[in-house]
Amino acid sequence: MLSLIVALLLNLIPLTGTVRTLQPDFVALVMLYWYVNEPQRVGIGMAFWMGLLMDLSNASTFGQHALGYSVMAFMALVFNRRMGIFEGYKQAPQIGLVLLSGQIVTLLAGLFAGSPFPGWNFFLGSIVGMLLWPLLSAILRVPQKPWSASDAR
Amino acid sequence: MIEISPRFFRHSPSLLARTAFFVMLSLLLMALDSRSKYLGGVREIFSMIVYPLQKLAHVPMSMYDATSELFQHGEIAEENARLKQQHLVDKGQLLRLRALEAENTQLRKLLNATQRIENKATVAEILRVPHDPFNRKVLLDKGSMAGVESGQVVVDDIGVVGQVTRNYPLASEVTLLTDRDHSVPVQVVRNGLRSVVSGTGREGVLELRYMAINTDIQEGDVLVTSGIDGIYPPGLPVAAVSQIERNPNYIFARITCTPASGVNQNRQLLILSARAPRAGTPAEATKMKPRPQEARRQ
Repeated sequence: MLSLIVALLLNLIPLTGTVRTLQPDFVALVMLYWYVNEPQRVGIGMAFWMGLLMDLSNASTFGQHALGYSVMAFMALVFNRRMGIFEGYKQAPQIGLVLLSGQIVTLLAGLFAGSPFPGWNFFLGSIVGMLLWPLLSAILRVPQKPWSASDAR
Repeated sequence: MIEISPRFFRHSPSLLARTAFFVMLSLLLMALDSRSKYLGGVREIFSMIVYPLQKLAHVPMSMYDATSELFQHGEIAEENARLKQQHLVDKGQLLRLRALEAENTQLRKLLNATQRIENKATVAEILRVPHDPFNRKVLLDKGSMAGVESGQVVVDDIGVVGQVTRNYPLASEVTLLTDRDHSVPVQVVRNGLRSVVSGTGREGVLELRYMAINTDIQEGDVLVTSGIDGIYPPGLPVAAVSQIERNPNYIFARITCTPASGVNQNRQLLILSARAPRAGTPAEATKMKPRPQEARRQ
């Protein structure tokens, strides 16, 4: 999936200072988009592998992000039905919740591995991610427009 | 036996079961990675996958650099002039250093002491500062193909930055001074007091642990590497003491320091390639220690 590679690139952009604390986890966002909109085509395995890639590029303990992403994927698949009811920006709070719980799992994994508590700024990323959700889902929908129109979704 | 039930009844394992499987797998990986070294090969393979992406993500930065250089012609000319001047000054100092080095080797020969190996250095660029609050590490763009080994010391133009902890073929991972699991043996320049400075996991904060309340240490004291570990060459600036809390209720004073080098400020770093030989006895190390602070002021 090309979108995931682009998201990984966005995550890898070297940033510093305030922008870096605000940088949302693009990989998680794009992944959630696919889990919400195409649950049949993506499995939890994908989240796991993307998590491993993130672990490697972050130089963190192997499996830490993989764990967080797997849990996020699970939640997205469970919430999948409920998401269908909401349209566009109304999905954002739910996504925020999923992102936040994913981050909490990653944080707990980090704490068990012996890292110190990173501070409350850590959670700003998922709030920014929540705010970005409508925009992102609009962008990801663009290439599929003709197809989904005929599909009468 | 095969396909007894119709196709639409065939179930894949339930969602919960699949999630549980992957959660278990990641927990297993975490345990393996933190407790043993078996995953080195796996990491290397993955790093080869990620490396092109990291390079690609770096493209905007390098393009920005290239274009800004295009527009800053005047500034560059000015900088060039300044650097030339600096070069002259440095050259003068270098000449003196050479003379001193020659004298030093001769004296050491006389003393029958071990010869110091000259440190060679590789310049590397920071490829990525991970967006990860759990560990203080950076990735450099030189790896084992450029002769980088784990355990080597990384410095910038001001002082120690950290140590190479993992090396991949094309990149290497540097644990910064501020990482919670990182410690450097240091010495106070003012009075030669030896200690170990450790990272706290927070940015820009180091700690001198287990120093008695009545220790002779002041705010503003400069800490340099003592070199007694045999890994860090002696005399590299590490940190300055920023705050001392002496609470008589505790045995130890709380001493926080700020690292001298700034990873946030520069993108090129120096990997010192030769390990410093063991510096004889601690007393000798104290005597032989060059004073970089004074050298720079001259």
